[in-house]
Amino acid sequence: MKNSIEDLINAIKLLAETMSEVSIMEVCGTHTASIRKYGIPSVLPGNIRLVSGPGCPVCVTSQEDINMALSIADSEKVIFTCFGDMMRVPCGDKSLYSLREAGRDIRIVTSPMDAIDISKTNPEKQVVYFGIGFETTAPHTAALVDEIDKQNINNISVLNSHKTMPQAITHLLKDECRVDALLCPGHVAAITGSDAFSFVPEKLNLPAAIAGFEAYEILAAILSILTMLKTNRKECVNMYPGVVTKSGNLKALELINRVMEPEDAVWRGLGSIPGSGLRFRDRYAGFDATKRFEIPGNKTQEPKGCLCSGILRGENIPTDCGHFGKSCNPHSPMGPCMVSSEGSCFSYYRYRDV
Amino acid sequence: MESKITLAHGSGGEKYRELVQEIFLPAYSNEYLSPLTDSAILEGGGKIAMTTDSYVVRPLFFPGGDIGSLAVSGTVNDLAVSGALPKYISVGMILEAGLEMDVLKRIVDSISNTAEKAGVKVVTGDTKVVESKSADEIFINTAGVGIFPSGRIIPTQKIEAGDRIIISGCMASHGMAVMNARNNLGFSPPIESDAAPLGKLVDAIFMNENNIIHAMRDPTRGGVAATLCEWVTSTTDIIIYQGSVPVRPDVAAACRLLGLDPLHIANEGIILFSVPEKCADSVLAALRKEEYGKDSAIIGEVREGRGTVSAVTDFGSKIRITMPNGELLPRIC
Amino acid sequence: MCLAIPGTITKIEDMEAYVDYGGVSKCADIRLVENVKVGDIVLVHAGFVIQILDKENGEELQKLVEETMGIIYK
Repeated sequence: MKNSIEDLINAIKLLAETMSEVSIMEVCGTHTASIRKYGIPSVLPGNIRLVSGPGCPVCVTSQEDINMALSIADSEKVIFTCFGDMMRVPCGDKSLYSLREAGRDIRIVTSPMDAIDISKTNPEKQVVYFGIGFETTAPHTAALVDEIDKQNINNISVLNSHKTMPQAITHLLKDECRVDALLCPGHVAAITGSDAFSFVPEKLNLPAAIAGFEAYEILAAILSILTMLKTNRKECVNMYPGVVTKSGNLKALELINRVMEPEDAVWRGLGSIPGSGLRFRDRYAGFDATKRFEIPGNKTQEPKGCLCSGILRGENIPTDCGHFGKSCNPHSPMGPCMVSSEGSCFSYYRYRDV
Repeated sequence: MESKITLAHGSGGEKYRELVQEIFLPAYSNEYLSPLTDSAILEGGGKIAMTTDSYVVRPLFFPGGDIGSLAVSGTVNDLAVSGALPKYISVGMILEAGLEMDVLKRIVDSISNTAEKAGVKVVTGDTKVVESKSADEIFINTAGVGIFPSGRIIPTQKIEAGDRIIISGCMASHGMAVMNARNNLGFSPPIESDAAPLGKLVDAIFMNENNIIHAMRDPTRGGVAATLCEWVTSTTDIIIYQGSVPVRPDVAAACRLLGLDPLHIANEGIILFSVPEKCADSVLAALRKEEYGKDSAIIGEVREGRGTVSAVTDFGSKIRITMPNGELLPRIC
Repeated sequence: MCLAIPGTITKIEDMEAYVDYGGVSKCADIRLVENVKVGDIVLVHAGFVIQILDKENGEELQKLVEETMGIIYK
């Protein structure tokens, strides 16, 4: 017998009646967007709360990296390429978008490989690709670097700001937190495999479900999580079968591993997280844009006192933060919760008078 | 004639005359324009509607349209949604020196063809040429005049609780067509714009005297969402039935791929109507008989409320619809 | 993170596949997957095929849901 979306909602309601407050963190920005797109919270019982985690790679890109991007892109000799999401993320009063308005050649690409065509039609320019994203997108950047190496193209380089998910989740949730379970990112897991998320029950002692992105898939994963909480089981259930396998996409993982290696990385508003970034291995270091361009020495520090990590853990609310609404607002955001239009601080700010 | 526009073409001298005689007049030819007087003398009488709009588009030509067809449709549609019958338009052009004469000819032909389809006459015009890099190939301004046929009730442009919301065709086609062409996104077959003059579509509704329209608007920049958000008042809510708003399959797929909401994407060939429930079916029937109204659909309703616009899904969830924020950019997150 | 959309491969040329998304096609790079062929339903993220979809995907999820329902309504 086939279960409908309504069946899932009814089962969730039935379980929720017997439970107290439950907070489920979705760590993936695309989950956040899908949850909003399908209006999922409006069909959930009041005691089941979804909170957005640090899973939007655009929002967590450090101000220092954005500053480097702005400094590289602000040159007549450069064609700067990036995903559309990155265009409006501000650093101070500037963004890639404002640089483009001022006449710099900044192009939105839908694949890193677009940089190769651009480099060939513009041999007199240096093309820079801004590599952002988690495990899902890192293989693409590795493939680009591998290809420019093979083809011996000397006018492309990469500003590498890739990050990895498990380290960040562990860092954020290893201590006391008010999150009861995790909705794990289906497309990161398509690359890493479901085993990469077994640390959630094992190390963090939380139940988890890997989910797809349709309304049915998200609700099925929520139901699975509630069932685990109810029966006191702590596992990572793969609710995105057919897309996510145990060991993931080995070819993609091999490519990341050949071209990049782990390093510490700074997350906007969260600070430095050990082993959560990816840098080029020595063999490919020549493609690192930071080695090709002179970047002004004055490093941008992450602002002090940002409460994003506490807010993500559920320990704080936005108004606890001294910066909220003053030195941190949607036009000049400090941490990811204010950068993302789905972030808690952004929503609080937007609806503060309502 | 030269193959490119030069500053001399805007000087008012011999070259300018050549441009008018060889390019503009043959294309636009009509009894109001041909005397080449300083002003066109027109028949009006009673109330008239007037509007103006400027067009800067890149690329100049895109699947389904070009800056010329857009400059006519856009202005004609602004007249049509105010309830007027579009009659006359002016065409002002600012040309960048160096523009290919063939490009200008193609645009002028497109203006002429679209004007004919729309039932309007180009009655006056002006052309200036600026130095290279002072403009981006060509900028066009059109102004339009429309008349109100006797007995026509001019819409108040205020929605009322109990109204039904009707759309006259598939949404998001224009915005996606231009985005695909501008950014070389590589969708194939290329996505076609819906750009079309809609004067006759609106006129078809008024053919039935019992049809009443409370509000109508062409949802251009900002898409259907922006129009609905502008319409809603502090005492009403607008509810859209999710999935009932028609979108062409190719446009829907392109939106999914780029992470864009079709409700936020620009249109140039559709109109949104808010009509009393009692005439919703008859307005719909009138629209569906027209060339540009075949895909018309009832997509939602107005209720008493507190100023929110939302969509309801078939499994009962509710989604807030908000104004889009700035230029829409493809996303991967 | 990570908008990825399923589509069907209609043609393969070297490292590129034409993927049909229902009315519109776009090329995707296939170097991240093994043994991909015309007719496969694939998941595409940022210009690359990242996974070949299991055709029984829907049924497998249904099975998992039924198991869960079995626990709830026992």
